[in-house]
Amino acid sequence: MKISFRLNGKRTSVDVAPDTPLLWVVRDTLGMTGTKFGCGKALCGACTVHLNGMAVRSCQTQVGSVAGQKVTTIEGLGGNHKVQRAWMALDVPQCGYCQSGQQMQAAALLANNRNPNDQDIDAWMSGNICRCGTYPRIRAAIKAAAKMS
Amino acid sequence: MGKMENVVKSENRRDFLKVSGAGVGGLALGFSLQLGPKIAQAATTHSPNAWIKIGTDNTVTIMVARSEMGQDVYTSMPMLVAEELNVDLNKVKVEFAPPAEVYINALLGGQLTGGSTSVRDAWEKLRKAGASARMMLVAAAADNWGVDASKCSAANSMVKGPGGKKAKYGDLAEKAATMEVPKEVPLKPKSEWKYIGNVKQARLDTKAKVNGTAGFGIDTRVPGMLYAAVWMPPQTMGAKVESYDDSRAKNMPGVKAIVQYSRGVAVVADSYWTAKKAKDMLKVKYDGGPNAGKDMGQVWEELELGAVEPGITFREAGNYDEGIAKAQKTVTAEYRLPFKSHSPMEPQNTMADVRGDKAIIITPTQFQQIIPHVVSGAIGLKPEQIEVHTTFLGGGFGRRVETDYAIDAAEISKAVGAPVQMIWSREDDMMHDSYSPGGIYKLEAGLDSGGKIAAMRYKATSPSISAVLFPSLVKDGIDPFAVEGIDNFPYATPDMKFTYQLTDVGIRPGYWRAVSHNNNAPALESFIDECAHAAGQDPIDYRISQLDMDTSGAKKHAWSGLSAGVPVGARMKKVLEEVRKKSKWGKKMPAGQGQGVAVMEGYNTVIAVVTEVTVDSSNNVTLDKIISVVDAGQLVHPDQALAQMQSCFVYGQCVGLYNEITITDGATDQDNFDTYRIARINEVPKVMDIHFVPSDGSFVGGLGEPGTAVIVPALANAVFAATGKRVREFPLTPERIAQA
Repeated sequence: MKISFRLNGKRTSVDVAPDTPLLWVVRDTLGMTGTKFGCGKALCGACTVHLNGMAVRSCQTQVGSVAGQKVTTIEGLGGNHKVQRAWMALDVPQCGYCQSGQQMQAAALLANNRNPNDQDIDAWMSGNICRCGTYPRIRAAIKAAAKMS
Repeated sequence: MGKMENVVKSENRRDFLKVSGAGVGGLALGFSLQLGPKIAQAATTHSPNAWIKIGTDNTVTIMVARSEMGQDVYTSMPMLVAEELNVDLNKVKVEFAPPAEVYINALLGGQLTGGSTSVRDAWEKLRKAGASARMMLVAAAADNWGVDASKCSAANSMVKGPGGKKAKYGDLAEKAATMEVPKEVPLKPKSEWKYIGNVKQARLDTKAKVNGTAGFGIDTRVPGMLYAAVWMPPQTMGAKVESYDDSRAKNMPGVKAIVQYSRGVAVVADSYWTAKKAKDMLKVKYDGGPNAGKDMGQVWEELELGAVEPGITFREAGNYDEGIAKAQKTVTAEYRLPFKSHSPMEPQNTMADVRGDKAIIITPTQFQQIIPHVVSGAIGLKPEQIEVHTTFLGGGFGRRVETDYAIDAAEISKAVGAPVQMIWSREDDMMHDSYSPGGIYKLEAGLDSGGKIAAMRYKATSPSISAVLFPSLVKDGIDPFAVEGIDNFPYATPDMKFTYQLTDVGIRPGYWRAVSHNNNAPALESFIDECAHAAGQDPIDYRISQLDMDTSGAKKHAWSGLSAGVPVGARMKKVLEEVRKKSKWGKKMPAGQGQGVAVMEGYNTVIAVVTEVTVDSSNNVTLDKIISVVDAGQLVHPDQALAQMQSCFVYGQCVGLYNEITITDGATDQDNFDTYRIARINEVPKVMDIHFVPSDGSFVGGLGEPGTAVIVPALANAVFAATGKRVREFPLTPERIAQA
């Protein structure tokens, strides 16, 4: 079944079963591998993307449900987003595997809250696991990004 | 134990690491480079040695022969080469090296990433590789110009000679590769270092990891590649598929093949999701093997049976029996450490393309060198017909020292005759991990009239990882990787007897970040705290007063292959004194809060840590603050040394408070992050105050692991300070604190 949506600003059509998770559509069907598979159950946040600007877990988002809507992945964040600039300035990633999801989650936070405090960061980011424990730098990078234009 | 020896090629993994006594060491400069199986080499590059490729376009490529799994080898190792090669590090290209003998880690005996050894092993070797190549480039230029090499200098990828002569490395590389390899390779003094110790140096892999282009194993794409999802019996080891019904699965559109392989059934399809959906429709009959029916009650019974054995002595001094008989006071305690899963964020996966007489394996591995040897037997090819490429690793922590998933993918690819990417689900990954083994630790101390430990008995009982993976490492019943963190017991106790009892319990064991330090440090450093309290003394004073300050070098630790190997009393005293100041040790704290201290040497790094915790009325522990002083010798990449300590402490927080694998019917009760708890951002302390002891540049210590273990007893000791409850079973859950 043909499903159309806007992906990173471009009109995109795929012909897959509508119950296919958006995660596997962007990774396998569309070949954009920046979005990562971590748990398959919305427990870790590695697969986080934006759906109409909101952070969602793409492993639990059926592609049929995004028809006609706007999806943004790490590739669509552009590379120069203030979150990405802050992440680079602080050398946040270690293994890096969770960092696409961390940044998508953080970008959505800053879109909702220009100046998050520690409690806001805790509440917003606690669904994203980093097994390397980069949390101190994630926290610092979100605060640094909040100060960027 | 000395070095873990040379790798001997063998089809049999059990014989792979041969104990020979001779480390590989030294420089292995190779000219007509045979960099292992068919490496794609651009025709326009030349290699003065195995770590450096210089293109005619003046590009410099540095080969990284360790796996990048977060610990920064992608930057810290090229820093060492660039320091002496005199090139702009921020312009070099980095490539992961293929398997080759020249890349063997002399501290481990294989081309293997682990044991916090990457930079320790590379420290002189890579600087010498850079310096040697630079000298050869200079020699080539001098020869071209007919001048003495001493009249030339090299900087910024350029050799300069008398009379304004200049030549780019790229123009000299071909000739340089034919010049004589210098025998004497002097290294720059610390005062001339530009990269080593540079606090501003950025990671070279950050950009790719920030914009999503870094290629992890799971991101591998090759033409015609299919995807495999697998069904494996639930037991962690010893189970086998008997038969399967794929009548529903095979009719799903997109399914290409369903094949049985050594330890499961694979569904191969044109997308991972199709393969996974079809796999869920399989009906499989299996034999659960010898561990079916086993639960944790039996596991602990088996360990308890081991713990009543006398054990095999790995460290002894004086006469323990006489010492304990004379003691003014005795302290005894038994500690229990759990089984734990690695659970890296990237589930295990491998792309294998096995066709005809050739195989390509693209995999996130910590042990690329062994893969051709272990895969060859499974697919009936020779090791030299198997080409291995290493990707970025989405976490490793020891899990990817194992090669099981690469073998599985190769078997599946061979069965279908196409390139196949096998991807494990999180459930596959957690249920088919190799688990950090739990154990029972019985300690007894006799205190003298001054409260000091005059006699000490330590009985460790646990499964042996090496007995399963590399049996030749187990000597006389001692697994060196079971006595790490206790063989190097740092206190000057006159009478002691330390024993280990290897006890297999049928849960697949595996090397895990900091390995047995995670068991021995919590047992020992909790116990020292108990002794300090029994003696009525301050825990930091108590430790300092009993450190073994011997500096003769004669007191060697027999089994600590990756540790300092000799007493490090002066270094321990320094970090303990510093942490006492930095933590405001002994300050007044509100009810329900406490400070705990621990100290440990591992991988030739000495760490003292103080944790501050709050224990609420429901016995939930909050880790409020970490204050640590670290003597890791010279820091090569200081910002990332700090990152490793931050990482270790979060990983160790999970060890101390959350991580526990239990089994029922031989299979883990935990299968995803809802049942296996990992620290979240809101749970880690907002204050991590980490200080490094300045170094004279004479050595480097390992940083990837030791912090993981030392924070665990600091947490237990802080919980004691906060509650008066001594919890001897880990992790420190509210239930265990309530029962203590």
